[in-house]
Amino acid sequence: MASFLTEEMRREAIGREGAAKTVEVEKGAIVKFAEAIGDDNPVYCDEAAARGTRYGGLIAPPTFLRSVTAPRPEYPFEVPFTRVLDGGSDWEYFEPVRPGDRITAVSRIEDVTERNGRIGLMLISTVVTTYTNQFGQVAATQTNTSIRY
Amino acid sequence: MAEQVFWDDVSEGTEIGPAVRHPDTQQLVKYAGASGDYYQIHYDKDFAQGTGLEDVIIHGALKNAFLGSLVTDWMGPGGNLRRLSCQYRGMDVPGRPITARGVVTGKYEEDGEYLVNCEIWLENEEGQRTTPGRATVSLPRG
Repeated sequence: MASFLTEEMRREAIGREGAAKTVEVEKGAIVKFAEAIGDDNPVYCDEAAARGTRYGGLIAPPTFLRSVTAPRPEYPFEVPFTRVLDGGSDWEYFEPVRPGDRITAVSRIEDVTERNGRIGLMLISTVVTTYTNQFGQVAATQTNTSIRY
Repeated sequence: MAEQVFWDDVSEGTEIGPAVRHPDTQQLVKYAGASGDYYQIHYDKDFAQGTGLEDVIIHGALKNAFLGSLVTDWMGPGGNLRRLSCQYRGMDVPGRPITARGVVTGKYEEDGEYLVNCEIWLENEEGQRTTPGRATVSLPRG
């Protein structure tokens, strides 16, 4: 396959949003995540020590919100690829995430392009996920690039 | 907890890390459980090979987390992480050490905050930067 994506398909895809998903952040999930990534910073796992910091309690590690997975927006076309690779992430942080927070994640297609590479024709999508807490504050955004081939 | 680094004490070229990691298959399974990313290329060798990979590979997002820890350990309890990005240019496999490093590329004041830009990366045993990225942190004044 030499080409798949037309300009019209691209225009139709950009801006599409997936369903919102709300997750209550559990303390145990934060502790488990910090352990899984091998980060023993007490602000993620030691309640007493975390109370002595300016946060006044536990917070989640920067990439914890990966565990709050919003449904991917659907493409307005059939994608002829089944394999997926993660291309990269770009996070911006605005508010700390704490146990008990209710985080609502929504993903939106920012761009979709195609490219011919070593592994053949690839569909490259950029999806922005916005994570908003129960106070209506945006805690973080993540721009994720994924490669389908 | 790391000691506090102050904005006044860093300059272009200040090194961050290194922090050597030894991810193994057990860590990948733990990360799959903690993150909810159960894509089989991270724990099922037959499946991974069926997709053309040589072996199971480390989750990109786990490598992202290693870079996050590099920066948050360095900035200390008084620092704030504002931005963290990375690209997965090369694959990394469990059982081989990977090293997180960084270097300060600039510092500036913006809206009363004292910010530092850093180039960060993971490198494999051959010294190849498989996962280059950037971070911006705010630091307290010393």
